[in-house]
Amino acid sequence: MAKLPVSSEQLIADFGPHKNYPPREGFVGRDEPDEVVKTHCCFCGMQCGIKLLVKNNRVVGFDPWEEFPFNEGRLCPKGVQRYLQNNHPDRLLHPFGRVEGAGFRPLGWDAALDRTVAEIRRIQAEHGPHAFAMLSGVSLTNEKSYLVGKFARLALKTRNLDYNGRLCMVSAGAGNKKAFGLDRASNTYADLAHAEVIMICGTNVSETFPTLTHWIWQARDNGAKLIVVDPRLTPIARTADLHLPIRPGRDSALYGAILHQLVKHDWLDHDFIAQHTSGFAEATAAVKDYDLTWAEQTTGIDAAKIMRAAEMWGRAKTSFLLHARGIEHHSKGVENVVSCINLVLATGRIGKPYCGYGTITGQGNGQGGREHGHKCDQLPGNRDIENPEHRAHIARVWNVPEPEIPHKGLTAYEIIEAIHRGEIRGMISICFNPVVSLPNNNYVREAFEKLEHYTAIDFFLNETARHADIVLPGSLHEEEDGTVTTAEGRVVRIRRAVTPPGEARTDTDILLELARRLGAGDKFEFKTSEEIFTELRYASQGGTADYFGITYEKIEKNMGVFWPCPTLDHPGTPRLWEDRKFATPDGKAHFNPVSYRDPGEITDAEYPVILTTGRVVSQYLSGTQTRRIGKLVDQYPEPLLEIHPTLAARYNIHDREVVRVVTRRGAAEFPAQLVETIRTDTVFIPYHWPGRKSANQLTSGHLDPVSKIPEFKVCAARLEPLGHPEPVGDARTAFASP
Amino acid sequence: MQNTQIKTDEEFFIDPQRCIGCRACEMACAECETNGQTSMIHVDYVDRYISTQTSVQVCMHCEDPACARVCPADAITKDEFGIVHTANTARCISCANCVLACPFGVPKKMEETQIMMKCNMCYDRTSAGKRPMCATVCPSGALWFGKREKIAQMRPNSTPVNTFMFGAQTVRTKVNIMMPAGSTALSVD
Repeated sequence: MAKLPVSSEQLIADFGPHKNYPPREGFVGRDEPDEVVKTHCCFCGMQCGIKLLVKNNRVVGFDPWEEFPFNEGRLCPKGVQRYLQNNHPDRLLHPFGRVEGAGFRPLGWDAALDRTVAEIRRIQAEHGPHAFAMLSGVSLTNEKSYLVGKFARLALKTRNLDYNGRLCMVSAGAGNKKAFGLDRASNTYADLAHAEVIMICGTNVSETFPTLTHWIWQARDNGAKLIVVDPRLTPIARTADLHLPIRPGRDSALYGAILHQLVKHDWLDHDFIAQHTSGFAEATAAVKDYDLTWAEQTTGIDAAKIMRAAEMWGRAKTSFLLHARGIEHHSKGVENVVSCINLVLATGRIGKPYCGYGTITGQGNGQGGREHGHKCDQLPGNRDIENPEHRAHIARVWNVPEPEIPHKGLTAYEIIEAIHRGEIRGMISICFNPVVSLPNNNYVREAFEKLEHYTAIDFFLNETARHADIVLPGSLHEEEDGTVTTAEGRVVRIRRAVTPPGEARTDTDILLELARRLGAGDKFEFKTSEEIFTELRYASQGGTADYFGITYEKIEKNMGVFWPCPTLDHPGTPRLWEDRKFATPDGKAHFNPVSYRDPGEITDAEYPVILTTGRVVSQYLSGTQTRRIGKLVDQYPEPLLEIHPTLAARYNIHDREVVRVVTRRGAAEFPAQLVETIRTDTVFIPYHWPGRKSANQLTSGHLDPVSKIPEFKVCAARLEPLGHPEPVGDARTAFASP
Repeated sequence: MQNTQIKTDEEFFIDPQRCIGCRACEMACAECETNGQTSMIHVDYVDRYISTQTSVQVCMHCEDPACARVCPADAITKDEFGIVHTANTARCISCANCVLACPFGVPKKMEETQIMMKCNMCYDRTSAGKRPMCATVCPSGALWFGKREKIAQMRPNSTPVNTFMFGAQTVRTKVNIMMPAGSTALSVD
């Protein structure tokens, strides 16, 4: 509602981000913990196993969990420091209410919940049920993701529920459904071990999924050749056998050109194509003109390198292709994904040992969270909210008449646009910080300023929650039991280590209580997370993401179970498609024709430089968690503008000089970091920061027509050097909202 | 050194090409109670202007440790397992001879406490049969602790080297650097 109640500087002083450090001698009790809890990291989709040390209901340290098969104790700096979210001075310990001119004052739970429910009822009575929207996130467990989906549909009765996976995995999900009829990485990472060629497309593995690096090196030790496609020479690209420094936004041109070469040189698996696929002729017709000359001109990659990549991929007997946000965060995200899948299908290298493909899911529960119904178009089990049979199944599980389940709603960025149009007037959010993480975020902030009511559930007051009327203190990852599904499709157990501090409650308790107060309590009679999971199992039964055969006990016994797992005696499915029966209606894998088109915004005389964005190893997404952990902040304290010396020389930009970066959405200032590890036509800014240092003030709101993912990875910018180095100042002020 | 479970057949291996500069090792090392939130392992960019290459440096635990030889207070000792221990706090006079003498730049003088500190290969962990913390958490395998035969089998393209030539001086260490297969020594001229 409206602008901030007090200045952002005041809110930062009251609620952070403050940097938390462990005491020099460590937290008291670390050496004699009451309990050592085996759980998983709260951050990325690798979901590394980790042990948390608990003393007096506080997490006081960590220990590597060396028996967990994916990471065997390995961790990244975020994982090592994750425990510092517990014991954090910024932790929200009470419900808060906005007080104009004073900031946020503690409220009792009853008052906070009553006011939220009253506003939901008022807005829905005046403007209809869908005028109140919900935004969610996939740091939530499967249980909470499922609960949010059910809560929004049956308690809030809105169709406008979407989630931050919309900024993450939806292009991959849509591409996988088109090609395979199912949205999951086709293999576990064990299949990397003897892949002859590994192609990594648009994923800065070593900074965003550091523990996956080990698996890639293991393959290289066994003789694998590594191809990395990235506009920057990232740490994983540095040692690659072949680095293709692609011009941002031209991905499908590269993969189309490689397909062209596979056809030209007959590096094809004709039997597989004939027996198990459809659409090959259309897909190859679409790339018939994509010769090396065209490809070099379009992608900015030397023709010889493209040819070398095609030859390496084409001649291999085993291979593994991985991609992530680098090809997915585009207005052509789905096209980029299917253009990669076309290469896998053309060579028939899927569904057998050491032949793999998959997106590397970004968020902690990016996989499970996108399966169980808190997307605007989806019901649990990865069911389609517009499919009558799917609706009928869920209506039976939920014990409601089918028409009571709302239909498809708006996606995350479209919800922001609908707020601007006055169609959405109220909001409840959990685990999502769109004022930092959505593109064109001044426009996003203005939307939150327009809301008549906004209730935010979170454990820290993130930059979006600063705009709330009511703040409900929710729970950290280690404060609730549950499951998440890793990037490999492995369902693992999250264990509660401690209970929420102060008056904070678990996210589940908050949602259940809101549901009761909204009059839907009879649909939300869950006593434990396991009870929610049991209902999820039934809800997912028969869907493409079938969890019916997975139980907590089975997960614990096997250190994870891979879905689909349709029956209790089913062992789970680590490697998909071994039977060559794809989940498409015709049972075949589908080639999809991709004709190259330009990104939503291309450079011109006014905006001559390509801007791309991404992450650094010490920060995670919008930084709600990691900008509060001292050592992670100190490792990379502020966003820098990575720029090639050749481009810098054109503007007479010196190292550490402040550069104003201007796009059609806005302008922001960053110190320059001159590096030869980036293309000469492209600059890079990491996006983890808010306010005046937010890269997403600049990024564009062009959406993929299918997945509706925003085009974070490419837009056109202008550079204006300011002629002075970054002044030494208080970084917190620099990150304040405008 | 009684009651120790040190596994004498396990060694430390560093593979610089695998280092991704993430600093998980530094963060984990600093957590150790004896280190007081100061890391004993150090990660640095070689030259960020031209490359993302980082270099990771841990105490190499020399066979004939220069740090111990130059210590006028006999504060630095090497034990029967070849581990060169950090300065004995009762003896260290903070002269920084060791800081200047170490060919690998490992010992650091802590200005606040006026004590030299360096890696002792996680003695609290290795003496209990565990791997050093940095080599346990390293996500890329740049730091690895285990049996020589195992790493030879796992990484056939590399050979561990523990002989370093600094001009005319040869230094042998307990810790190994992974070099291209067939290498016998690293010459640092």
